[in-house]
Amino acid sequence: MNANIPSEVLPILLILIGTIFSLLSAIGLVRLPDVYTRSHAASKSTTLGVLFILVGTFLFFLLEEHYFSIRLFLGIFFVFLTAPVAAHVLVRSAYRSNVALAEESVQDDLKDFIHTDSKKTKDAEVNNTD
Amino acid sequence: MAFQILLNVFLAFIWMFIKVSFDVSSFIKGYFFGLIIIFVFRRFFGSRFYLAKIIAALKLLLLFLKELILSNIAVLKMVLKPKLDMQPGIFAYRTMLTKDWQITLLSNLITLTPGTLVIDVSDDNQTLYIHAIDIADVDEAVKSIKHTFEKAILEVSQ
Repeated sequence: MNANIPSEVLPILLILIGTIFSLLSAIGLVRLPDVYTRSHAASKSTTLGVLFILVGTFLFFLLEEHYFSIRLFLGIFFVFLTAPVAAHVLVRSAYRSNVALAEESVQDDLKDFIHTDSKKTKDAEVNNTD
Repeated sequence: MAFQILLNVFLAFIWMFIKVSFDVSSFIKGYFFGLIIIFVFRRFFGSRFYLAKIIAALKLLLLFLKELILSNIAVLKMVLKPKLDMQPGIFAYRTMLTKDWQITLLSNLITLTPGTLVIDVSDDNQTLYIHAIDIADVDEAVKSIKHTFEKAILEVSQ
């Protein structure tokens, strides 16, 4: 039993760190002022939280059951591939549908770009609804 | 690059046929000798020696993991600060990358690094519009970080 304790410490620590990251990103979702800053917390901290939890699970099954589960690494790979894209698409569609930035915002370079080609996008929308 | 890898696998198979031993260890041995042969003949290929590219990709992966952990610590500090005094904003960033997959990779990396989030890519693929969570002090640091990212991506793709 004593021999098992050191092999359990690392997975426990990793899963604990992952859980703390996920909790803090949830707190960030509540505290931050607008949709853009919230998606910062959502896209980064949950990704790292999932990474730590899955690596901890992988190590636990490797050390305790001697079971090498490559699927957990595939899960990490897919989460890393899709989470930033999901955050990007959510924020982009929020900006295109004129969701306002927080009052503290100081700079908005995208506004000019959107306004110069808003006519184009409107035409595209009309074409899409037809 | 793909051609060099294919050639290396082919040389490994040739080694297996020469030795008439069809198992994993002789494949690995043949692959190693093929690697040496390709290294010796590297100036006859159009692109660089492919192991250099793989090492560049691994460096990019390590850089990315480091930035990911640093960005999370930055976000956690910001979330747990008793007073929310950040200045979010959107800035335009001109990129020198041209291919679609390079821009996709760069925007994924930017999204997962400290305080930045890609909102939009312009139609001509030259400008990225990035939302920074604290535009006052992050702007310069972020630019240098992205120059290292861009350099690493160019290193992988050349």
